[in-house]
Amino acid sequence: MTVTEEAPALAPQNGDVVLRAVDIVKTYGATQALKGVNFEVRRGMVTVLFGENGAGKSTLMKILAGVEQPTAGHLELDGQLLDLSSTNDALAAGIAIIHQELNLCANLSVRDNVFLGRELRTSRGGVDYRRESEMTRQLMERLEEPIRPGTLVSDLRLGQQQIVEIARALAADARILIMDEPTSALSANEVTVLFKVIADLARRGVAIVYISHHLEEAIAIADHAVVFRDGELVTTAPAAEIDLPWVVHAMTGRDAEYDFRDAPRDYGDVKLSVEGVTVVAPDGSGRLSVNDVSLDVRAGEIVCLYGLMGAGRTELVEALAGREPISAGRIVLDGRDVTRQTISQRIASGMVLVPEDRQRDGLIQLMSVGRNLSLASIPKLVRGLFVDRRRERARVEEQVKGVRVKTASSRAPITSLSGGNQQKVVVGRALMTGPSVLLLDEPTRGVDVGAKGEIFSLLFRAAEQGLGVLYVTSEIGEALTASHRIVVMSKGRVVDQFDPTTSTRAQVMAASGESATREQSRGVSSEH
Amino acid sequence: MSTEIVAGPSIGSRRLRINKSAVIAEGRALLALAIIIVVFSLLSSRFLDSTNLIIMTRHVAFNAVLALGMLLVILNGGIDLSVGSTVGLSGMMAGYLLKGWPIPGTDTVAFPSVWVVIVLSCLVGTLVGVVNGLLIAKLNVAPFIATLGMLYAVRGFAELIGNGETFTALSGQESLGNTGFIGVLHGKILGVPFPIWVMIVMAIIFSVFLGRAPFGRWLYASGSNERAAELSGVPIKRVQVTVYVLSGLCAGIVGLLLTADLSAAVPSGGSGYELNAIAAVVIGGAALSGGRGTVRGTLIGAFVIGFLVDGLVLVGVSVFWQEVIKGVVIIVAVALDQLQQRLQKGRTVKDAGAPAAPSREERVPAAAS
Repeated sequence: MTVTEEAPALAPQNGDVVLRAVDIVKTYGATQALKGVNFEVRRGMVTVLFGENGAGKSTLMKILAGVEQPTAGHLELDGQLLDLSSTNDALAAGIAIIHQELNLCANLSVRDNVFLGRELRTSRGGVDYRRESEMTRQLMERLEEPIRPGTLVSDLRLGQQQIVEIARALAADARILIMDEPTSALSANEVTVLFKVIADLARRGVAIVYISHHLEEAIAIADHAVVFRDGELVTTAPAAEIDLPWVVHAMTGRDAEYDFRDAPRDYGDVKLSVEGVTVVAPDGSGRLSVNDVSLDVRAGEIVCLYGLMGAGRTELVEALAGREPISAGRIVLDGRDVTRQTISQRIASGMVLVPEDRQRDGLIQLMSVGRNLSLASIPKLVRGLFVDRRRERARVEEQVKGVRVKTASSRAPITSLSGGNQQKVVVGRALMTGPSVLLLDEPTRGVDVGAKGEIFSLLFRAAEQGLGVLYVTSEIGEALTASHRIVVMSKGRVVDQFDPTTSTRAQVMAASGESATREQSRGVSSEH
Repeated sequence: MSTEIVAGPSIGSRRLRINKSAVIAEGRALLALAIIIVVFSLLSSRFLDSTNLIIMTRHVAFNAVLALGMLLVILNGGIDLSVGSTVGLSGMMAGYLLKGWPIPGTDTVAFPSVWVVIVLSCLVGTLVGVVNGLLIAKLNVAPFIATLGMLYAVRGFAELIGNGETFTALSGQESLGNTGFIGVLHGKILGVPFPIWVMIVMAIIFSVFLGRAPFGRWLYASGSNERAAELSGVPIKRVQVTVYVLSGLCAGIVGLLLTADLSAAVPSGGSGYELNAIAAVVIGGAALSGGRGTVRGTLIGAFVIGFLVDGLVLVGVSVFWQEVIKGVVIIVAVALDQLQQRLQKGRTVKDAGAPAAPSREERVPAAAS
């Protein structure tokens, strides 16, 4: 039809169009999530989608993967009309999707997960475990991840689980592979390997659609960029013509690169003092996940804990919060030894953790926004036997305003909020307890640029009031632009410290055992 | 004060919608109750008779009190299969004490006064709950298994107390100062049987504590997401032990009421009661996965089951068909609940975009999974 004539507007230089979405409209009630989008996926090319949360990227991907059906418009595969009513239809057509949230059965082995629903059969009709194991082993080799096929998924780190998810899509031999935030849980090395695999797949003619909030990473992998805003495809460009400012500008309609580093100032007293803390890994291997770590956080200071996945940062902050016991060392908060305190006692003493995995450890999904906010502060809101609900409401409204949660009401279900706003609620819950030290583990994971900025400005505002902040990040850009001091961890130890105003990206990354730029390390497996 | 900042015009409608959905959840159980009442009153003129209503409500009360304890356990994401046996044990304990306790090594027999009997029997129920709670919270035994084991063990103890015998003639003797057990527990206050008062008072206490005390908040939170609750400082183990202790206490109370009702302590008393209690909680809209359920719903659930069973007896349906019908009602109630939740989720997704546009994208997976 006329579609082919429209194509030049979106046209990249080479590669045949494999999949085409034509005039896709998707409405939820009164809202249009997609307002007539034309989108093409080309053989052997990596198409990267940029856009803030709610821009419509994920909705479009769900339509391409058969999870959702468009309200209007249609899909064409190789020029033929394609009707997808389920993910199975999509898989049969060679379209696989790796979702943002992991979809694995934790109680099954890696092999069983990789072949789940597509089990290989022996001639007698049973499951051909041997062939499955062998193929899984090959996939893991290709992904350069030494995971044995028989390992239970529940025994894997989050990053490794992500690898399994990727292996599953590879095993399906898809022609079109959609990846929605595949790297959010991966370490730099794992990302490097993944990018190598993506390049390799593209060379073999697989069309790849890639979504990531990690803009630099996405720019590095792109052959072709597509930007979404408010349900519309606003612009497209070949990789050669794009850079970070261009992408940010196209996504937000403004230039929004943030830099929170404020002038060096005198920080207050030491709020948190970690003295030789050691944590034994709970997997029974006797490995030390945190090995003799000492560090201080002063009042008003924002300390960033940078390092690779598995460097022991999460284990450290969880031990500080009281979730995991420490085997040696001392934790001193405001001059008081809190080493033997429970989580609730530490919250009362003034230290609280914003966990890494929002869905698993952060949100009470069945509760409202307001109840999620007040949960950690309940002991402070009790009058007599009962929770003082009037005071609770007042504090909640104050906090909703304070952390700028965009919600229809504090009574709205927490699941009705976007990821960024959910994260603000989890941060708000921690701030509401009136902490003197706030611990955050990857506070901007899966959160769009706008919300990232808001979360950091929140932290910096609280720091001006004297809050000490210790946060974990894997994003070097974040470490350099949003902290007063960078502490680098590697293999359970603190290896170095940096002043973000005077140090470079390369220095910090090198200290963590990470190669300076991912592009340089392509093709070279950089082992620590 | 600051409410207008967050609100905007949508606050009213949003609140309305949530209330509406809560009403629908319980409305379904209420509807079932209404249908039962209408059908049986058409089939039998005696069904709505005030004497019959009081008799039926008294039957309901036993299950309702058990169901209140069960509700707490289910809100925590657990299950308590031992309550039926605990009813038996507590009843036997009361019977044994009322018949006199031969102090070992002497010829004397102690006759504790009635209130001591009541306290000790409740304590026995509570103790079963403590054991359940510790097994589950400290030894990490799955609730189903721990309480299944206790179902057998406790029933065994109930039989051991009287060597399998039944204790009868529990009115006590004036000279021993232990009269009044049956008089009070089987009696009436303001024309309403004592068990009904127990149900009303306990329902009020439970609903206030669930709705307003920190314990209630912690229970709903840990039932919905235990890991997140723990990190927010919720004492999840303490909450877990508490729900089993309270469930045991409820069973102890029912044991006393049942013994007074029968004027006898029967070692098999309360057999199978646990399943009726679970059914009442589930019909009342609670989720077995935890975090969702109300006292009001549970009460309605208990009435649905109680009125259904008594109604079937009244119109002379055979015992075998009674069982079939009860089973069907339970399944239909829960199936409807699932269906309705799916509809509601669909609606939330559709509503989602309206107020805060940027949130849409992340809502969809939350609803879809």
